[in-house]
Amino acid sequence: MTSTTFVPAFPVPVIPVRELLPWAIFAGLILLLAIYFVGAEEGATSLISGMYVHEFVHDGRHLLGFPCH
Amino acid sequence: MVRTLLVRGMLTGILAGLLTFGFLKVYGEPQVDIAIAFETQMDLAKEAAERAKGVAVQGQPELVSRQVQAGIGLFTAVMVYCTAFGGLFGLVFAFAYGRVSGLLTPQAVSLMLAAVGFVAIYLVPNLKYPANPPSIGDPATIKMRTALYFIMIAISIAAMIGAFALRRLLIVRFGDWNANFIVAGYYLVIVVIAGFLLPAVNEVPQQFPAVVLWKFRMASLGAQCILWATLGVLFGASAERVLAAGRVRAAGRVRA
Repeated sequence: MTSTTFVPAFPVPVIPVRELLPWAIFAGLILLLAIYFVGAEEGATSLISGMYVHEFVHDGRHLLGFPCH
Repeated sequence: MVRTLLVRGMLTGILAGLLTFGFLKVYGEPQVDIAIAFETQMDLAKEAAERAKGVAVQGQPELVSRQVQAGIGLFTAVMVYCTAFGGLFGLVFAFAYGRVSGLLTPQAVSLMLAAVGFVAIYLVPNLKYPANPPSIGDPATIKMRTALYFIMIAISIAAMIGAFALRRLLIVRFGDWNANFIVAGYYLVIVVIAGFLLPAVNEVPQQFPAVVLWKFRMASLGAQCILWATLGVLFGASAERVLAAGRVRAAGRVRA
């Protein structure tokens, strides 16, 4: 048992990190921003003045589990 | 490859969003309506009391009608949320496939990631800070409540990522199967401690109907089950085709 190494049955192509990183950063940030607008904008924090976004997504925000007013 | 997985993830998210919206429209909206009726009743009672004391009361204007909130508003919120999570799911899959385990098929990785995502992002944080219908929650504490909720999500996700890192180290010594249970225990210990240390939020009005609260929270839970199950099953099938096509192309290049 001293020289056991893990050998996969077939090689699985792993996507290299340098290929992943630009997508993860740009797309990841935009998608997180989208979730922020549904979940927290004009509640705890506010990028846009007024309450329109909050009121518009109101029901979804409650039902998706975010704290709301 | 990453772009394809991202797009497939978002498309799966759109599909999951349609199913989730349908479910919430039928099971969630009635509870929201009852909760708002309760809220209105409480507000009217308060206004009447203020008026009796001789204080001038000004009602708040309605910015968005209930019909819009329960229709296109809910639809937009759910679609944006589900599509965004679908895209993020695709990106996480692109990283995890082949790294978590060299032996799992794309379908299995997708299903595993969906289960893990559901537990880490929704289930555990919501056991500490459950979803609440309108009329629950003091507007004065919204900042604190939102911060606590996101802190709980962040701790839960960080603990889950830590569990996967730990699993890689433990596999050599304890084997695949046992390592899973050890890191599951590690995750549970972290989130239980976090849940114990973070302050409780309990702002349910005394007279609020318990049945409505229960049904609302079940609707919220059901919606997340639909979202994550759809992502796990459909994205796996979709990714399998993409990766198989990639393998064929790669093989072609080797031969040529």
